[in-house]
Amino acid sequence: MNDEGGSVSRGAESALGVPASDPAGRLDGPAVRRTAGRRLNPSLVVGGIIVLVIVLTALVSFVWTPYDATLVDPAVRLAKPSWSHWFGTDKFGRDLLSQIMVGSRTTLFVGLVAVGVAAVIGVPLGILAAMTRRWSSELIMRANDLLLAFPALLLAIMFGAVFGASTLTAMVAIGIATVPSFARVIRSGALQVMRTEYVLAARAAGRRPFPIALRHVLPNVTSLITVQASVSFAIAVLAEAALSFLGYGTPPPTPSWGRMLQESQEFLFSAPRLAVFPGVAIAIAVLGFNLLGDGLRDRFDPKLEDRR
Amino acid sequence: MSALVEEPEVAEQSDVLAVRGLTVSVRDKVLVEDVDLTVGPGERVGLIGESGSGKSLTALSVLGLLPEDVHAKGSVRLAGIDHDLIGADERQLARIRGRDLAMVFQEPMTALNPTMRVGDQIAEAMLIHRTVPNRRAARTAATALLDRVQLPGVARAYPHQLSGGQRQRVVVAIALANDPALLICDEPTTALDVTVQAMVLDLILQGVAARESALLFITHDLAVVATICQRVLVMYGGRVVESGPVHEVFTNPRHRYTEGLLAASDLDSAAHRLPTIPGNVPAAGNFPTGCVFRTRCAHATDICTTTPPWTGSASSGFACHHPAPDLVALETRRSSREVADD
Amino acid sequence: MVLRLVERTAVLLVSLAVSSVLVFGFMAVLPGDPARVALGVNASDEAVAQLREQFGLDRSLATQYFDWLGGLLHADFGTSYVSKVAIGPQIFDRLQVTLWLVVVGMIVALVVAVPAGTVMAARHRKISGLALSAISQLGVAVPAFLAGILLIMLFAVKLGWLPANGWTPPASDPGMFLRQLILPALSLGLVQGAVLTRYVRSAVLDVLREDYLRTARAKGLRPFPALWRHGLRNAAVPVVTVLGLQLATLLIGAVVVERVFVIPGLGSLLLDGVSNRDLLLVQDVVMLLVVAVLVVNFLVDVLYVALDPRLRVGQR
Repeated sequence: MNDEGGSVSRGAESALGVPASDPAGRLDGPAVRRTAGRRLNPSLVVGGIIVLVIVLTALVSFVWTPYDATLVDPAVRLAKPSWSHWFGTDKFGRDLLSQIMVGSRTTLFVGLVAVGVAAVIGVPLGILAAMTRRWSSELIMRANDLLLAFPALLLAIMFGAVFGASTLTAMVAIGIATVPSFARVIRSGALQVMRTEYVLAARAAGRRPFPIALRHVLPNVTSLITVQASVSFAIAVLAEAALSFLGYGTPPPTPSWGRMLQESQEFLFSAPRLAVFPGVAIAIAVLGFNLLGDGLRDRFDPKLEDRR
Repeated sequence: MSALVEEPEVAEQSDVLAVRGLTVSVRDKVLVEDVDLTVGPGERVGLIGESGSGKSLTALSVLGLLPEDVHAKGSVRLAGIDHDLIGADERQLARIRGRDLAMVFQEPMTALNPTMRVGDQIAEAMLIHRTVPNRRAARTAATALLDRVQLPGVARAYPHQLSGGQRQRVVVAIALANDPALLICDEPTTALDVTVQAMVLDLILQGVAARESALLFITHDLAVVATICQRVLVMYGGRVVESGPVHEVFTNPRHRYTEGLLAASDLDSAAHRLPTIPGNVPAAGNFPTGCVFRTRCAHATDICTTTPPWTGSASSGFACHHPAPDLVALETRRSSREVADD
Repeated sequence: MVLRLVERTAVLLVSLAVSSVLVFGFMAVLPGDPARVALGVNASDEAVAQLREQFGLDRSLATQYFDWLGGLLHADFGTSYVSKVAIGPQIFDRLQVTLWLVVVGMIVALVVAVPAGTVMAARHRKISGLALSAISQLGVAVPAFLAGILLIMLFAVKLGWLPANGWTPPASDPGMFLRQLILPALSLGLVQGAVLTRYVRSAVLDVLREDYLRTARAKGLRPFPALWRHGLRNAAVPVVTVLGLQLATLLIGAVVVERVFVIPGLGSLLLDGVSNRDLLLVQDVVMLLVVAVLVVNFLVDVLYVALDPRLRVGQR
């Protein structure tokens, strides 16, 4: 055991003429703690598996889907699930499973770009707010608060009104709307880093702010960024689905889970499965990213473990 | 030597509190083992030990307020209560807490609800147990209690408007509100400025004296025990290693730990360099088998791997294989010589 | 306290001003001319010029902005370039509908979240607490419009207990109004409640660790009464913050839920405005939503003071 405290006190014991063998109770201390630290984190495992499955589905959909997702086949309109169409078909006879598979691409793509936009703007803003003088950091955070009054969906609808609805406007709008939460989380993390001794030492040594931000602050908030990215991804998936549902997201014919739901609405009485499959897909994706975020948070900050 | 005169020889049945074989454990770790403890009516008993010795857990087990996952076994009986407190359900315990049994905690800054006026917090203690007829009477009684702890006119204040010492006096007032048979104080002055410690101690003493309440006083401060307690129990590693009248234990310690503790704190002189007990207190639950002190004891031998038997009576004795020499004879000789000299 | 109030009010006013510039500016920079957008590409130049003159679109942007803002301050939302109808009355009509949804949804959320979150915290190591945690985690993953669709499938299609969609004003048929309100309010409230539950849980968990709760139990209060009397108010502070922030989500959630249940609320008005290229209408509705969020957050800030006496500086 490389437990330094243990070896020190063992030395003291032998000096006192006590048998140097470890007293029975002592060894299990660290051992118990170790197993607790490595305890399987169910959120992380389940979330990770779900996200992995979605990513794999999206990748597979590039090379193989049961049918062409946009193939209209009037012969099998509104077909029930069968061996040839596992999830059935929609009102145009398009294969539901294929659409859901290709839809996962849309979901991941929108999420990735939106989270990317949010991180690229939010992380520097958060670090800046933590490192600059009082008034400028105050200004950043106030602007941040103001942006919170524009939820992703509202921004996206505004963008849609002005530039026309498209995947791009949806992604950018969702990304911008997610900036505040990024900036806020990163700022509080960066503030903690700024108070650590190595940053104080670097500042005392006359290092300029930019190198400090790059060398000390950024690496130490990466765990926060990862957690926030995962949680934001879930929000982005939700927002994209809602936007597509309203008709302000991905335009047809590109399959999207939200629009599949919207198209299913006229068949709620006759073919409810049309709503169930994309609905479940959305819920599972959001659940996966949320769980992954929670799990990562616990992994990085075990103190919070039982607050989950 | 008034302490000797005051030493109460309490009969077993009339004890206000009787703890028998108390063992507290978390999962597989034993934190407090086989503790016996009695407090007679109106008696003031000190419980001393370093942090991690299990003294606070002992107190919390008596109240049934142990943290989740921590479990107590054994027996805790309170005079006038026809059931054991260990294993009693919340309903039974709630009826006793605050009425027959009250507690003052260590940290006054956080012990009071920040969103409730202090007068209401005191009044609540009486309203819960219906020891006052109505809300107005409770409020009047609360104001009177605040007067008694020398905080007149603060009933409508919020805790944040009071200093630490003032808040602790409010906590004392809450604890004494229903004239409890037993007051447990867990390091009530540790978090306070030295200047206000004496005052809070004094109020506690006056409070228990006026109500003829018994007092179980937990502390690591030997000087405080010496001033306010009649009898003392010394805890180490979750066990009671020595007990007896304060004067006896402090002048004639028999357990090697008590001896070391007294030498390290040295109540009498600061002239020479304070000796310290070698080594560190092991983490809770990681104490050695046999004598819990053996890993730090200069006198330990092979026999110390077995649990030392209790020597002496239930209210006065020690558990050590190699006790310090009994100084009583010497002590009596010296005091008789002093008397003769007069 | 007064200082805090003054500061908060100043922040609110500045935020309102800045957001009005943002909303106006955003709509003003759009490529193309609002008059042409309203009339369509085939409109003659003359017609466009006439419309521009009619609505003052030929004036400078600053004049237009202050004209718009001045109107808003008098609850005058202007006249639509497209339908030539005054926008104000439409907004107030639709606002009532949306407010019903949001308020009832919020109540549903609170009714679900406060007990569920408290139980989850108090029993966070027990099966019941873990089960509730899992359910709330699922609830968070379901968007309001999906919840709406599922509720329709269950209560309207399968059981036939409630109408699948539609809206009746409370004055004309209270019974029908209630029956039609239940499902949309539930879909908003349950989802929001799931999110809120997690905040309530963590706030209550924090409070459970507080010393004053132990003091309360040492006084003789049983665990749940102690939590009720001493914990909830303290736990309320962080929860109220979230509640304020959630209003934004709830308002925007209403936009989507209105679409699911075919309810003529503010959301439908906004979406119709977007599809009709009725930019002033969109601008007005967006501004109204933003103002609502900002004002509620301001009120939340003020409410803190009522909840936490420590913030009442200057007293005693």
